Parts: sequence; structure tokens; C-alpha cells
Amino acid sequence: MAASLFVQGLINGLNQGAIYALIALGYTMVYGIIRMINFAHGDFIMIGAYTLFYTIPLMVNAGMPAWMAVIIAIVVCALVGVLVEILAYKPVRKAGSMSALITALAMSIFLENLAMVLFGAKPHNVQAIFQLPTVRVGSVSLPLNVLLTIAIGLLIMLGMQFFVKKTNLGKAMRAVPQDKDASTLVGINVDRIITLTFAIGSGLAAVAALMYCSTYPRVTNDMGSMMGMKAFIAAVLGGIGVIPGAMLGGILVGLIEIFVKLFAPGWYEAVTYGTLIVILLVKPSGILGKNLGEKV
Amino acid sequence: MAVETKTAPVLRCQHLGIQFGGLKAVDDFNLEIGESELVGLIGPNGAGKTTTLRTITGLEKAASGSIVFDGHDLTKITPSKIITLKLAYVPEGRHIFPQMTVAENLEMGTYADKAGMAGTMEDVYARFPRLSERRRQLAGTLSGGEQQMLAVGRALMAKPKMILMDEPSMGLSPLLVQEIFDIIQEVNRAGITVLLVEQNAKMALSISNRAYVLETGTISIEGSAAELMDDPRVKKAYLGQ
Repeated sequence: MAASLFVQGLINGLNQGAIYALIALGYTMVYGIIRMINFAHGDFIMIGAYTLFYTIPLMVNAGMPAWMAVIIAIVVCALVGVLVEILAYKPVRKAGSMSALITALAMSIFLENLAMVLFGAKPHNVQAIFQLPTVRVGSVSLPLNVLLTIAIGLLIMLGMQFFVKKTNLGKAMRAVPQDKDASTLVGINVDRIITLTFAIGSGLAAVAALMYCSTYPRVTNDMGSMMGMKAFIAAVLGGIGVIPGAMLGGILVGLIEIFVKLFAPGWYEAVTYGTLIVILLVKPSGILGKNLGEKV
Repeated sequence: MAVETKTAPVLRCQHLGIQFGGLKAVDDFNLEIGESELVGLIGPNGAGKTTTLRTITGLEKAASGSIVFDGHDLTKITPSKIITLKLAYVPEGRHIFPQMTVAENLEMGTYADKAGMAGTMEDVYARFPRLSERRRQLAGTLSGGEQQMLAVGRALMAKPKMILMDEPSMGLSPLLVQEIFDIIQEVNRAGITVLLVEQNAKMALSISNRAYVLETGTISIEGSAAELMDDPRVKKAYLGQ
């Protein structure tokens, strides 16, 4: 019985972790390229979730599978991400990290309140996305949509790792934070790469919204802030700026949350934040983070 | 005093003015470089040599005047497009990508034109055997001389018509300086036009065809390298004679 409880916890933890990891990926990519914590990033899950809420019925009525709505959600999130970057972040980019941080916090509050004005403060229920059965293996129940979520998450993270390591654009994304002048000199349009990074990060938040809504089909205007905070912790825990760090951190935070909830429900946040504190005391750059001296 | 270039100019700056926060950094800068020439630009620290090169490559904005390279007005081109005109800049302080391998750094040199890459990397490795030995090593772990070679190698990857070299000897031992200058001469002999900015005036004049002296933002002396080496002002101020 204990073993089946463990397996159940593991699966739920991985599900939760995969969602956190995808969001953490967004934080880490933006941090990786312009050394800025985009505190509004969590709210892109909310934008993605609202888009799903409105587009899933359209998809279903048009006779298409509900998950196809995620394509629209990715496009909407990417566009809003680009818009936010160009209108709010780009003008303060040269003004220092504190201005950028405050702008990002303000953007988060703005997006949450804009959503409240547009969609109301009442929670909405998102229609079921995946109509998949639950399989029982021994005494463990395996909802197939949870397994699918984990698979999608892993696939996207591996895809991102490949993109950044092997493709031309991915290499440009790694080159820009290392040396902006040199990047320009070899022909990289630095502003365009930064915008692209925001588009990808925000698009990933739409996928995270899909994964989240398939487990917890509820949309509120402030759903992104708590999720965003946890994912931010995941990114820092794993080592912000490195993609495998976001994956590891996300999955760790997800597992900690689910397992602590199993045994001591009131303690999971204390344990999550406690783990962060301990890890940062031992290794300030995070588990997989590289401790790089500032290059002059 | 003006010296006629041998052929049609590849690079021509006319009445170039550059400002920094309201201060004139460079004023009425005129320069003309013909095809396959090796031209030196010497002068004291703070004269505006690096600023001029950064403006030619678009990293800084010109306040006035024109910069024409190979028929293109560089003041009107997006900085990231300049490499596609086959004008490469090896900046002061090398500016390699420290967390990328040597091979990746060279590969970045062809970012703007992936198709042109074929075979070029092996050419660069043949020219710099030391880079070839270290191709899997992170560029940040290379010695200063190796980083300078990598910076030159990365510029060569784009098969440039012209290379701007900014203080290639900076921070290197005399032996390495000689090696880097040999490489610059080789590059020039292969038909690539070179504008060499140097504080080490003696070395620069020893390999240049012609040279300009930039002092507090304006060209004060210009002529063939031999003329400049005999010029009493140059002798006194830059050659320590």
C-alpha cells in the first residue's frame, strides 16, 4: 500500500513538476539573455488559460480536438510577450536592473488587473481538454492525461535544449548575453534575438497553461502570481540561466510539494522555501548553476 | 600631404564627426583606403581610434559626415548587417564568446552567411594550428594570444574583403606580438584590405603601406609608412627617437 502511495505521489509530483519546469524555463531564458527577472512571466499562464477558456468551445464546435486551442494560446501569449517587451522593458533596458525589476513587477500587477476588468474576478471553468481514461495498474490509478502532460513537458524541455545548443538562432541566444558587441559584429540582430526569447518564453507559458488546466480546470485573474512564484523558485533552485536547471528545479519543487502534501499538508510551502534557503546557502548559484565571474 | 590611393577606395570616411554626450570625440575625420592596402592608424591613448572603428562598424552613431564601404553608406545600415558587406572588425579586447568552444566561436563568424562556411573553418585551423588543437576547449580558458588568434580567425570565417584590427598587440608578449603581426601581413597578402589601429606605432609602421596619425580627434599627419617613420614629429612622439 505504501509503495502504491509512493508511485501515485511520484506521478502527481512529476505532473506538477513538469508544469513548474516549463514556467521556470521562461524565467530562465529571459534571465539568461538580459539578466532580468521577468516577474510578469507567471501572468502569461493566466493569459494562456483565458485564451484556452475562450477558444476551446470554438474548437470543439468546429469539430476539432480541444487541445488544438493551445496553438492559438501560444500565438496569443507570444504576441503579448513581444508587446510587453517592446513597450515596457526595452525602453528601460539601459536604465539598470532595478528599473527593469520594478517595471516587471508593475507589468504583473497591470496584467492581473487588466484581466479582472476584461474577464471579471469570478473564476471560470475550462472545458476538459483531454478525454483520456484512467488506467489502473495494481492499486495505482494512472490518469493518462497526467502521463501525457509529463511527456509533453519532457519533450518540450529536450526540444528547447536542442534548439539552444544546436540551431543557429539558439546559438545566437547564447552568444548575446556573452558579448553584445561581438554578437552584433558577427551579424546577430541583438534586439530581435531578445524579442524572440520573450516570444518563446511566453509561448511556453501557454503550454504550461494547457498542462495546468488539464489537471486543474480553473482560471482566475491572479492564478499566475502563485504559480509564477513557485516556478521562479524552481528556476533559482536549479540554477537560473541554465535550461537543465529549470527542468531539475521544476521537477524538484513539484515532487516536494506533492510528497509533503501527502504527509503534512500544511507544511509544503515551508519545506519548499526551506529547501531553497538551504540550497542557496550551500550553492548560491543553484544546483546546476555556473558561478561565473562578471566579465569585463 | 594627401596621398593618392593606388586603386579605387574600398573604405572612405569624409568629414566624419563623432560625439559623446555633447563632447566632440572625433572631428572632420578623413580617410581613404584602397583595395588590398594595409593602412595604419596610430596615435595616443584617447585620441579616438577605437571610437572611429566602432563608428565605422555601426556600434556607435556618427554625428556628421559619411562612411562609404564598397559603395555602401555605412551610416545608413543596421549594425548587424555590416558583416554581410564583408567588412569585419576584430575589436579591442578580442570580444570572443568565452562560454563557447573555439569551434563554436569560429562558427559564429559565419552567422550571417552559413552557406559561405564550407571549407573556411579548415582554412582557419590551417592558419592557426593552436586553435585546431583546442577546438573543443571553451574560448574563455584560452591564453591572451590564443584569444587574439580566435578573434582574427572568427573575422576570417566571414571571408571579409576588409578587416579592421583594433589594438591586436594589446597585452601580448613581444613574441606573440610578432606572431600576430605576421598573421596580419599574411592576411593582407591574401588580398584582404586591412586598417590597423595600434598604439605600438613602430610595429604598425613596420608592416603598413600608409598610415594616419590621429590626435585628439583629428588626423594630424598622414603619408606612406616610410615618410611617417622619418617624420620628426612622429619620431619624437611615437617612436621614442
